[in-house]
Amino acid sequence: MAEQAAIASPRDVDIDRTLAEGRRIHAVSSAVRYAVLAAVGFIMLYPLIWLIGASFKTNAEIFSNPGFIPLNPTLDGYIRGWQTSTPYTFATFFWNTFLIILPKTIGTAISCTAVAYGFARFDFPGKRILFASLIATLLLPNVVTRIPQYLLFRDMGWLDTFLPLWVPSALAGDAFFVFMLVQFLRAIPRDMEEAARVDGANTWQTLLFIVVPMLAPALISVCLFQFMWTMNDFLGPLIYLSSVDKYPVSLALKLSIDTTEAFQWNSILAMSVLALVPSLTVFFLAQKYFIEGISTGGLKG
Amino acid sequence: MGGDSRYLGLVYISPYVAGLLIFTAIPFVASFYLSFTDYNLINAPRWSGLDNYVELATRDRTFRKSLSVTLLYVFMTVPLKLAFALFIAYILNYRLKFINFFRTAYYVPSILGGSIAVAVLWRYIFADQGLVNMVITGLGGEPVNWFGDPNNALFTITLLRLWQFGSAMVIFLAALQSIDKTLYEAASIDGAGKWHTFFYITLPLITPVIFFNLVMQMVQAFQEFNGPYVITAGGPLKATYLLPLYIYEEAFHKFDMGYASALAWVLFAIIMVLTLIAFWSSRHWVYYAGDKRS
Repeated sequence: MAEQAAIASPRDVDIDRTLAEGRRIHAVSSAVRYAVLAAVGFIMLYPLIWLIGASFKTNAEIFSNPGFIPLNPTLDGYIRGWQTSTPYTFATFFWNTFLIILPKTIGTAISCTAVAYGFARFDFPGKRILFASLIATLLLPNVVTRIPQYLLFRDMGWLDTFLPLWVPSALAGDAFFVFMLVQFLRAIPRDMEEAARVDGANTWQTLLFIVVPMLAPALISVCLFQFMWTMNDFLGPLIYLSSVDKYPVSLALKLSIDTTEAFQWNSILAMSVLALVPSLTVFFLAQKYFIEGISTGGLKG
Repeated sequence: MGGDSRYLGLVYISPYVAGLLIFTAIPFVASFYLSFTDYNLINAPRWSGLDNYVELATRDRTFRKSLSVTLLYVFMTVPLKLAFALFIAYILNYRLKFINFFRTAYYVPSILGGSIAVAVLWRYIFADQGLVNMVITGLGGEPVNWFGDPNNALFTITLLRLWQFGSAMVIFLAALQSIDKTLYEAASIDGAGKWHTFFYITLPLITPVIFFNLVMQMVQAFQEFNGPYVITAGGPLKATYLLPLYIYEEAFHKFDMGYASALAWVLFAIIMVLTLIAFWSSRHWVYYAGDKRS
C-alpha cells in the first residue's frame, strides 16, 4: 500500500524523497521475494538432497536422521541394491531401458520432423481435418485406447517385447511433438527453402539440408523430452512386459519394493538415486532446451 | 510449392496417418464397442448391451467410491497447482538476479516427478517415521499418519503433483515476461496499485495461458496412475483408488476387458465434458489480444 501511495501522488511530495522511498520499498520487496523463493526452493529440493544422503546411510539411520549427511556412510545400499533379489543386476535393467529409449527417440525425431514439414509447408486434400485430428489426439486421454491397443499387440505377437513401447511413437504418435515442431516451423521464414527449390533441390533435399539444420534446437528439445518421458514411463512396461529379464529401470524399482526384504531400505533408495541420474544429467547438460521447448510448445497453442 | 503434386504433403505426413489409424482411431472405436460387451480374453466378445453401464451406475460401489475420490483429487490438485505455479512465476518475474537459477531449481522436480524413483522417495519421506514426520516432531508437532489415515493419503499424492508445479510455472513465467511493460507504466501513472494492476492487467493478459495450463493439467490429473499405484496402492480403504487404477485392475488383473472399457469411457466422457465446458466458457474469460494469437 505504501508503494501505491508513493507512486500515486508524487506531486505533493518532495520528488527526491519519493524516489528514495521507492528505492527502499523496492529493496524490501526484493528481499521478501528472495526469501520466499529461497524457502520454496529449499523445500522443493531438500527431498532430493535427503534422498542422495539417505542412500549412503545404514538402514537404521534412514528413519532416524532428518539430516542428509550420513553418520556412518556405507555403500551397502548400492552394492546390495545393484545385485537385486532377482537373477539379474540393475545393469540388465538399465540396458533394457536404453534399448527402448534409443529406437523410440530416433523414430520420434525422424517421423515428427517429416510430419511437421508436411503440415507446415504443404497444402493437400484433407489437411484441415488431419490437423484437427492432431489437436484432438493431444487432448485424447490414453486410457480410452489402451485396452484395444493391448489386444492389437497381443494379436500381432508383440506382448513381452519392446515393440509396443516404441513403434507407436516412431509413427509420429506423440502429437505434442508434431505440434511443437509445426509451431516452430511456422515461425521460420521460407526464403531459404524457396531459394533451394529455385536452385533445383527437391522437397526431400530441402527438408534434409535446409529445414533440419534450422529445426535443430527444437529437435533437440523433442529428443530430450522423449528421453525423460521414456525413462519415467511405467504403465507401458507394466502392461506389456512380463519377463523380468526385459524389465526397464522403472519396473525393476517397483519390483524391488515388492520383493526386497522389508528392512533393506537403503538399497531401494540407492537404486532410486541411480534411476534419477540419467534424467538429471541430461537435464543439467541441456536445460535451456527444456525451458524453451516447454515455452514454445505451450505458449503458441 | 509450385510444381509439386498436391499429394506430396500427404507423403510426408503418411507415418502420422498410419499411426493415427492403427494406434488411435481403430482402438478408439474398438474400445467403444468393447464397452458394450462381455469379454474375458478367452471367449470372443459377447454383446451385452448396456449391462456394463447399468452395472457401474447402479450396483458398483467400488466405482462410486473411485469416482468420488478421482473428482476430489482433480478438484484439489489442479487449482492448487495452478495457483502455486502462478504465484511463484509472479514473484520470479521481477528483475531479480538469479532468476535462471530459481527457474531451473523449480523445474527439476517436474522432470523427475513422474518417475517411479520419486514415488518411492515419497513413500519414505511420508512414512510414519519418515523425513516429514521427523521434521514435524523436531518442530514440536504431532507426527501425522500420512498413509494410514484415509483423510490424509490422497493429499500426499496431491503434494507430489504440487511439487511438480515447475512446468506450469515456466509457461506462466514466459507469458508474464511477454506482457508489454508500457501497460504497467500507464497503469502506475493512472495511480493503480499492485492488486489492481495484477487483477486488471496481468491476469486478463495471461488468461490464454491459464486456460492452456488448466486444460492440460486437468486431463493429466484425471489419468494419474503412478503415484497412487506405487505410493499407496489405492489404499487405505480405497481412499486413493483413482479411476485409472480401477480400470487397470479390471483390465489387466481380472481381464474383464468389456467392463474396463466401459469404465474407461465413463472417465473419458467426464474429461471430455469438462474440457468442452472449459472451451465453451473460455470465450467469456479468455482474452486474446488480436496479434498475440497464432
